[in-house]
Amino acid sequence: MPTTDDLKTRIEAALPGATVAVEDWTGGGDHFRATVVAPQFAGLTRIAQHRLVYDVFGDEIGGPIHALSLTTRPPE
Amino acid sequence: MSENPIRDAIAEAIAENPVILFMKGTPEAPRCGFSARTAGALQALGTPFAAVDILPDPRIRQELTAISEWPTVPQLFVNGELIGGCDIVTEMYETGELAETLGVEPPADAPAAAPQDDPSGPAPLGIENRLGGS
Repeated sequence: MPTTDDLKTRIEAALPGATVAVEDWTGGGDHFRATVVAPQFAGLTRIAQHRLVYDVFGDEIGGPIHALSLTTRPPE
Repeated sequence: MSENPIRDAIAEAIAENPVILFMKGTPEAPRCGFSARTAGALQALGTPFAAVDILPDPRIRQELTAISEWPTVPQLFVNGELIGGCDIVTEMYETGELAETLGVEPPADAPAAAPQDDPSGPAPLGIENRLGGS
């Protein structure tokens, strides 16, 4: 079962320079909420920003990670 | 005749409806909190939209995901383009970007607590009905 630290580490590895906060939404270890601020997001639509994060997990979304709720933005 | 009538019907529905929401359940009877919130944001703006319930046939979701390359439902399309799911639509609603994208006036007040049904809107599209005789 993935932990919030696992998710944070993997997002940060995929998006160097990103600031990532992950919380376990329900305490059940499968519904997560993440806030990701990454320089890679600059100029991208929200869809494209979320895709960059979802791509880190591929088929795990909907599997072991039942839900990953995202808030994304480029740095100020 | 296409080898994949469900995918064709979904692509056609996205092309034909300027605002279309794929969701679990219907706007009147959503079967998932995320779908309910997304439909609620559209209803709060009073914009007419087509809605497709993905639950009756698992192939609808399968083919939708293949088209959109987006893993989760709900999915909102405006003018053929995927706008997002619950997170994005909710955030855009709150910032006023959703109203802008839809070309409607943003609500004067803060988000309505309980969006009203819009009886003047089009009946939700039943995509399974388009597959009759296939």
